[in-house]
Amino acid sequence: MDEMDIPTSAASPGGPRAKAAARPGDRIFLGLSRGSGILLLVIMAAIAVFLTVRAAHALAQDHGNFLTTFEWNANTDPPVFGIAVLAFGTVVSSLLAMLLAVPVALGIALFISHYAPRKLAAPLSYVIDLLAAVPSIVYGLWGALFLVPHLGGLYAWLDEYLGWTGILAYHNGAPRSLFTIGILLAIMILPIVTSVSREVFRQVPKMHEEAALALGATRWEVVRMAVLPFGRSGVISASMLGLGRALGETMAVATVLSPSFLISTSLLDPGGGTFAQNIASSFKESGDTGKDALIASGLVLFVLTLLVNGAARMIIARRKEYTA
Amino acid sequence: MAKRIDVGGLSAYYGAHKAIDDISMTVEPRSVTAFIGPSGCGKSTFLRTLNRMHEVTPGGRVEGKVLLDDENLYGPGVDPVSVRRTVGMVFQRPNPFPTMSIYENVVAGVRLNGGRLRKSDLDATVERSLQGANLWKEVKDRLHKPGAGLSGGQQQRLCIARAIAVEPQVLLMDEPCSALDPISTLAIEDLIGELKERFTIVIVTHNMQQAARVSDRTAFFNLAGVGQPGKLVEIDDTERIFSNPSVQATEDYISGRFG
Repeated sequence: MDEMDIPTSAASPGGPRAKAAARPGDRIFLGLSRGSGILLLVIMAAIAVFLTVRAAHALAQDHGNFLTTFEWNANTDPPVFGIAVLAFGTVVSSLLAMLLAVPVALGIALFISHYAPRKLAAPLSYVIDLLAAVPSIVYGLWGALFLVPHLGGLYAWLDEYLGWTGILAYHNGAPRSLFTIGILLAIMILPIVTSVSREVFRQVPKMHEEAALALGATRWEVVRMAVLPFGRSGVISASMLGLGRALGETMAVATVLSPSFLISTSLLDPGGGTFAQNIASSFKESGDTGKDALIASGLVLFVLTLLVNGAARMIIARRKEYTA
Repeated sequence: MAKRIDVGGLSAYYGAHKAIDDISMTVEPRSVTAFIGPSGCGKSTFLRTLNRMHEVTPGGRVEGKVLLDDENLYGPGVDPVSVRRTVGMVFQRPNPFPTMSIYENVVAGVRLNGGRLRKSDLDATVERSLQGANLWKEVKDRLHKPGAGLSGGQQQRLCIARAIAVEPQVLLMDEPCSALDPISTLAIEDLIGELKERFTIVIVTHNMQQAARVSDRTAFFNLAGVGQPGKLVEIDDTERIFSNPSVQATEDYISGRFG
């Protein structure tokens, strides 16, 4: 899973002998691989500098509180904008997507890897992989033209049984809410979470499964004793990949959501916004300060993604001594 | 505790390929029976039919019957899962669950069998099983460390502890020492000698000295040629097999003239 840990420099443990005979091929390869490594760092640094400088410029002009203002008027004079609504919308819709998608994805992955007959597993995997290749604007169109008109019934049902919680109360209006976005994002991240988990489950060594079987485990118990624990870190990585996609999803959200700078107590109320959607929706009509403000919000999204990844790595590392 | 195994006319297949042909034998309770024979003769396949593990392999199926005392393991309505709870198995490569501690590994099978268990019962089971597997002294201070951190020989004894923790009737061992060094092998062989007081043990081995050392009865398997099914050549007291076997092929094999 950890392709990122491959060292980029080709330092060989050859000692003094390797030094003696420097073949041209080795030198060229060393130069190439070292150069690529350095280039990567330079690009990263350039992006960071660019984002920080422009973001700082925007923050200096902000007449609201960047973290708590429920407003995005970056092109007025004086500019007033804050990311509170965007951060809320991004986090809530992505978490909802995870909540809906991960259990289903694990079910599909387990079905393909451990339950389905081979004849069914192969085409099913293929279809899932194909879903991952559908462009996000297509999901957006499907969401806007099919999902939104058909969610009224579900919304009414949720309101009837869970409306008392407040967060699932429905007060009319088109279902272009964070909840709908959550469902749409769940469908979008389902394929990636499924196919990564499936690969992880397939790699569970036969001998661990046989160990469980020989103890008298049923098929489900084999999955619980041998497959899921072994695949744990892989499933976390898969979920994080999905979460990353959900956090940054732009077009589908922008197509479906009716954005507003309000935080509603109910997820079913229309409105809200996400970082990526707000950038896509406002970028063209923005002046210099407006663009800088959007870049500042992009920087926050970037940091958020980094934090999520860091948390995932910590979860995986904590159980490291138990991984085979 | 220990039951007799009666095998009658047993054949096993992988898809269309017949792996073993028409095997009948009796395994006495509280004894060690060793299966020897050249590679591909079907002794491991036969072993895996004794706890219905063979059918886990795609295309694996079995004809014939295996009686445990008087109950046919392949009778209609017999659940393979419950068969495996009565007939335990130890594999060629030590396979403790990598994500579990030593303690969890030992009680893994117990947890499957019986729902909620009191902690004191589990503690007692862990100590009894690890002592039964001659591993208690080495691990009693690190029961909650991962089982994968043990040496190969210790891991194999942990697997034996896990298998005997559920108090099976029969213990099957598929080349349990072939991945171990001589000292660990000796430890397992000593252990087999102790375990046969309580269990019926069947062991597959490529090491004929091992068969001679640990077993009471020895079965020799052979195959007529590549692609042919394996057959049981003879089964007799170990002493007789290694001194004066009744079939020439057995003598050729154990004296190293082929195979």
